Amino acid sequence: MSKSKWSRGVAVVGVGMSKFGAFPNKTSRDLAVEAFKDLKKSMNKPLDPKKIEAFYLGNFSSDQFEKQAHFAPILASWLGLSPISAVRVEDACASGGVAIRQAALAIASGEYDVVLVGGLEKMTDLQIAEITEALGTAADTQFEIPAGFTFPGFYAAMATAYMHEYGADRNAFFDVAIKNHKNGALNDKAQFEQTIEQIMEAKKARAVKKGRPEPTWKTDLEFLQDPKGNPNIAWPMTLFDCSPVSDGAAMILLVSEDIAKAFSDSPIYLIGSGQASDGALPERETLSGIPAAEKAGKQAYEMAGLTSYDIDLAEVHDCFTIAEIMASEDLGFFPRGEGWKAAMDGKTARDGEHPINTSGGLKAKGHPVGASGVAQVVEVWKQLHGIAGERQLPDNPTIGLTHNVGGSGQTCVVNIYERRD
Amino acid sequence: MSEFALFNKEFFRALEAGELIGSKCLDCGEVSIPQREICPVCYSHKIEVEAFSGKGKLVAYTVISVPPVKMAEAGYDSKNPYCVGIVELAEGPRISAQILDVDLTHPELIEIGMDLQMTTIQREEGGVQKTYLAFKPA
Repeated sequence: MSKSKWSRGVAVVGVGMSKFGAFPNKTSRDLAVEAFKDLKKSMNKPLDPKKIEAFYLGNFSSDQFEKQAHFAPILASWLGLSPISAVRVEDACASGGVAIRQAALAIASGEYDVVLVGGLEKMTDLQIAEITEALGTAADTQFEIPAGFTFPGFYAAMATAYMHEYGADRNAFFDVAIKNHKNGALNDKAQFEQTIEQIMEAKKARAVKKGRPEPTWKTDLEFLQDPKGNPNIAWPMTLFDCSPVSDGAAMILLVSEDIAKAFSDSPIYLIGSGQASDGALPERETLSGIPAAEKAGKQAYEMAGLTSYDIDLAEVHDCFTIAEIMASEDLGFFPRGEGWKAAMDGKTARDGEHPINTSGGLKAKGHPVGASGVAQVVEVWKQLHGIAGERQLPDNPTIGLTHNVGGSGQTCVVNIYERRD
Repeated sequence: MSEFALFNKEFFRALEAGELIGSKCLDCGEVSIPQREICPVCYSHKIEVEAFSGKGKLVAYTVISVPPVKMAEAGYDSKNPYCVGIVELAEGPRISAQILDVDLTHPELIEIGMDLQMTTIQREEGGVQKTYLAFKPA
C-alpha cells in the first residue's frame, strides 16, 4: 500500500541531456541549451515553453567552477523562460536529485502544474588541484579537510571499513568499474564510450607507438591491478575506481499527473521520493554504508508501497566504485556485506537480477556533479520506454529507481518512477 | 573546567597547547568532538568543554597520493603520500586526523583496530606553520 502524503501525483513528460565529457569550447549555457533541445525531442507532443511555470536548477558550484553565482534566473532567461520563478538548488553532488524533489513538491502542493528541472556543472576549465579544492567544500572544511581528506579519500576510508567488516575482495571494486564501462560503451551520451579493455588496448598501442615496451596486461582486471596502468589516488581507490571530472547538463519536465497526457502519450510517474541528511563521516553510525541513503530509500519505498524486489533497474550514485556496492546494500538489493559478492557474481549487470547503472553510471557516463541526479532520470526514462538501444534491459521493465548522494553521504535523495500502460 | 571555550576555533587553539578538547552535555552526559554548543542527543544547551585523553583506535583510513592544494603545499604528492584516517577515541566519539608512523608502501598492512595515541603535526601553509591533529601507533 502506498502511503503518499502528496496532495497530487507528479509525472515526467520529457527528458534530455547534453553529451557528457570535457568541452573546452563550450560554456555551461551551451550545454544547458543542448539538454533542453534534447528534452523537446524526447516528447511526442510539441512543448509550448509558455506553459512552463517554474525552473529548478541543480548546480553544486558554478560560483567556484565558472565564477558565476545566481545561475538559475540567468539560465531561465537563456532558455527564453523569464519571468518565471527560477531557483538554484545546492546539495553538493545530490543537487540534481534534490532539485527534482523540490520541483515535485512544488507541483504536489498545487502551486505549479508544469516545472522544468535542470542539472548542470562545468568542471573541466580548472586545474586538478583547484577542482579537488572546489569539491572539498562539499565536506566539513573546518575539521575533515584540514585532517587531509579528499573526496576519493572519504570513500577510500569507507572502503577500508567495508573490507575490514565483511572481508571484501578488492577486485570487487574493479568489477564495478569494468561493468559500468561495458554499459557506458553502449551510451552515446557517455564521457567514456569505452570498455576498460578498449582503454587498456589503446594504452598498449600508445606505448608501442612511442617506442616503449608493450605492457603485458592480458585482461582488463590485470590492467586495473597494475599501478602502472591504474595508479593509486587514495588507497584502496585507484584512478579507475573514481568517476571522472566532467562537463554536462540534463533536463526533465515535470507536470501534475492529471494533465500529463496533454504533454506526452507515455509519461512516467514519480511514485516514491525520500531524502535524508547526516553529519560528517566520523559522526555516522556506520562507515560501511551510508545511513542517509538507507533512510531516503525507506521513505521512497514506503511512499511507493514497494520493496527493493519490485525495482527493475536502479541508477545509483557510483562516484566511486565502493559507493555502488554500498548503495546496493543501503537500498536493500542485497543483504549487508553481500554487495561486493553480488558485484563479482554479475548480479548487477544488465542480465543480472538487480541491474545497476545501465547508463554506465557516474563512472563511465561522467559526473558533472549538479547534472548527475537529473541525468539518472534520462536513463530510467529510456529503459522504461524500451528505447535504450543496445543496452536495453529485457523483460519490459516498468519500475526504475534513482539514488543521488551529496558529499560523502551528508545528503541522499531516492526517487522511484513507474511506467503505466 | 578547561580554560578553552566552546567556539569552533578553540579546538585548534587547544591543539597548539597539545590538548585535545571536545564537549560534554551536563544534562544527558553525551560527549562530542569537536566541541558543540547544542547537544545532538537531548538538545540541551548546558554544555561544558571536556578534555580528551588522546587515546584511540583506528576505524578507517586511506593513503592519499593525489593531495588537495594545502597538503600539496605541505610537500605531499604521489611520491610522498600520507595516511589520513578516522579514530575512535577512548571516550567514544570519532574524529578525522592524519595518521603518522605507518608503512605507507604497504597500505594493506595498516591495521584497523590498532591502538593510537594523539600527537600534533606542523604543516606549512602559505609560509605559516599551522598545528593539526595527528595520531601515531601507541
